[in-house]
Amino acid sequence: MAKTIMTADDSTSVRQMVSFTLRQAGYQVVEAVDGKDALSKLKSSPVHMLITDLNMPNLDGIGLIRNIRSGSTCKFIPIIMLTTESQDSKKMEGKSAGATGWIVKPFKPEQLLAVVKKVLG
Amino acid sequence: MTQNPRTTYIEEATELLAELEGSLLELEDNPEDREIIGRVFRCLHTIKGSGAMFGFDDIAEFTHEVETTFDLIREGKIAVSGEIIGITLSACDHIRSLLESGDNGAAPDKQHGHSLIESLKKLTAGIADSPPENFPKPADAPADIPSDTPQGLEVTYRIRFRPDQKILATGFNPILLLNELRDLGPCNVVAQTKGIPTLDEIDPEGCYTYWDVVLTTAAGINAVMDLFIFIEDECTLSVDIIDSVEEVVELPPEVPPPNHKKLGEILVEKGDLQPSDVSGALSAQKPIGQLLVEAGVVDPGLVESARVEQEHIKELRRSKQANETVSTVRVPADRLDTLVNLVGELVTVQARLSQLAALQNQSDFLAVAEEVERLTEDLRDNVMNIRMVPIGSTFNRFKRLVRDLAAELGKNVVLETDGAETELDKTVIERLNDPLVHLIRNSVDHGIEVPGIREAAGKPKYGTVRISAAHSGAHVLIRITDDGAGLDKEAIREKAVAKGLISPEIELSEKDIFSLIFTAGFSTAEKLTNISGRGVGMDVVKRNIEALRGSIEIESRKGAGATITLKLPLTLAIIDGLLVKIGEGQFVIPLPIVQECVELTPADKARSNGRDLAHVRGEIVPYIRLRERFLIEGQVPDIEQIIITGAGEGKVGLVVDQVVGERQTVIKNLGKMFRYVEDISGATILGDGKVALILDVPKLVQAEVETAQTACIH
Repeated sequence: MAKTIMTADDSTSVRQMVSFTLRQAGYQVVEAVDGKDALSKLKSSPVHMLITDLNMPNLDGIGLIRNIRSGSTCKFIPIIMLTTESQDSKKMEGKSAGATGWIVKPFKPEQLLAVVKKVLG
Repeated sequence: MTQNPRTTYIEEATELLAELEGSLLELEDNPEDREIIGRVFRCLHTIKGSGAMFGFDDIAEFTHEVETTFDLIREGKIAVSGEIIGITLSACDHIRSLLESGDNGAAPDKQHGHSLIESLKKLTAGIADSPPENFPKPADAPADIPSDTPQGLEVTYRIRFRPDQKILATGFNPILLLNELRDLGPCNVVAQTKGIPTLDEIDPEGCYTYWDVVLTTAAGINAVMDLFIFIEDECTLSVDIIDSVEEVVELPPEVPPPNHKKLGEILVEKGDLQPSDVSGALSAQKPIGQLLVEAGVVDPGLVESARVEQEHIKELRRSKQANETVSTVRVPADRLDTLVNLVGELVTVQARLSQLAALQNQSDFLAVAEEVERLTEDLRDNVMNIRMVPIGSTFNRFKRLVRDLAAELGKNVVLETDGAETELDKTVIERLNDPLVHLIRNSVDHGIEVPGIREAAGKPKYGTVRISAAHSGAHVLIRITDDGAGLDKEAIREKAVAKGLISPEIELSEKDIFSLIFTAGFSTAEKLTNISGRGVGMDVVKRNIEALRGSIEIESRKGAGATITLKLPLTLAIIDGLLVKIGEGQFVIPLPIVQECVELTPADKARSNGRDLAHVRGEIVPYIRLRERFLIEGQVPDIEQIIITGAGEGKVGLVVDQVVGERQTVIKNLGKMFRYVEDISGATILGDGKVALILDVPKLVQAEVETAQTACIH
């Protein structure tokens, strides 16, 4: 069965690019517009992996990651954060919140797929 | 979802700019409101991040500078001023003009952007003491690692990877990482499990294991370190080079024998001791690792990892030396054929031996039989490998063919090849030549358009024909792709109707229409050329491929080209078959064409009113009663079996008494006496020494169809 990946991003174009790339590669994709939306969608249907932006309204990426890691349903899924900041501080904050890895924007579809393959197998 | 992402981005950025302006105006009234500052930052951030991804690099670069200012504001390093808001508002306008110019190709006003940035920088000067990072920043490279190892040389690394205990909580999966390491080259992994506490102390979410890895790879140390990039800070990692190619080559081939005699040797020479005593005493001696473990100075897992490392290096050197002495021997092909035949006989005898051993049920005998079975399998695989040759040599011949054809037809065609190293049985390659020549001719002649038409269609002047080969399980897929005109579904259909191949009202799927071109006497080219288009050929191609137990498929989009896929077995000498029984006779049906087996009950027979049609899940499948066809006498069982096969067009069922099971069998030719027998492609000897005939299902079906047609005419 195809694995399901959630993309949480407030930017439609990024969501669109991520989900298009992943669908092409045979994954199922769930889209969420911000952290809050992501959490409520995760509650109803768990996913195998999450790709999240860090800056989002309502609940940002860091908050979303903390929430997931302290919950139970998707506690151990790989979480990849999309960062424009290549500053270490943001990356470290995300890592300590429990992110598995990161992709620095801008990225190419191949880079996205390589990272997904790396953490999801 | 089909909308162009760039368009989506432009729409989205326009919305964001509107939101940004709104927020900026709000901020002017409440310069301390952190939430509004956050909103402004987020808008800028998204415009920048997505912009770079969809090719709006100028926007990304410009917005980055503005974002830097708001990052400082967000961190409380500078305060919001009317001036900053003013400049940022003009920056919004500038971004909008960049968006529009990206849309309609007008040159953006670079100077204006620069002056905006300059004024922002002036405001933040002195506060941003660390210069803002360049944009976009290249991927993080792990630091403090010796990067002087040359690329392309095989180097062996000793890696100790000890993840933090809480690593699993970050969604990290060590198994995937180890698999990535294995992908880099020969790799041995030893898991160190000494740290795992007892059940009452264990935290089930903790990771207590660490791994020792010996890896040989030519990928370079950076590629190895890159695998650990996400967990650099959450693990203890040590990577040491323990062996590199130069060292191996420089090593003397053998360690010179020690020039002093060993104690045992001297004692034996003097007759004071029997050799058996020495070996007895030696075997009582424990290996050093075991002694160390027993002494409690080292953990067994660590000894194991050292042993594995030793083995890894030994193996590496052995294969290196083997490589150096590699050479080839040319052998006449018929000697190979004899060898294959002999191995075939051996496989048969071995099957009998195994069966006998199973009957006798003596453990000694069984052990020998099993050993023989293992050796025979190895021998068979090795011999089959000898017959495998790369398909590349055939590809090269086609280059010339395509060049000449293109010149003759006044077309510009390039032949690309891929997978030349793919190996196939020599016989298969030889018999594949003619069909491939025909298919390539078709692609160049019918597929690729003349340069004028290509240019009119907005295609590159040079047409491409691409031939590729790749393994897929026990098969090889050969694809011939062209970027020409593609197949015209309607034209094929009309032609088929005109030729009386199909009736006009029949509904056909695209696949079915394409497969019509394999029917005898079919040609859609408006004008015949002397290269292809006489309508003899595609049906011959199909028959040739089927004779190789392969299959052929076409995909095409009108105007975009066509792809023809040939699926061929790796070898012709061995066949995976389904063994069936009719009366006392045993037959083998090639497994690749078998789709399923269903029962044929008396009730089914009654329902079909003697028309030999079976209903299989809503589909009507015609069947052939093999018992009648082969004139086998005897009692018909109440419930017969239908083997549904999918050779050629549509499904056909074969009715047999009983399905025995799957068998891998060695194909034997029937010999001169039976060369005119059409329904049988060969024979095989079964484990009990009996002969089973291998059915040639496509021919069988064809013959049946012809008989039926003759019957209709009379």
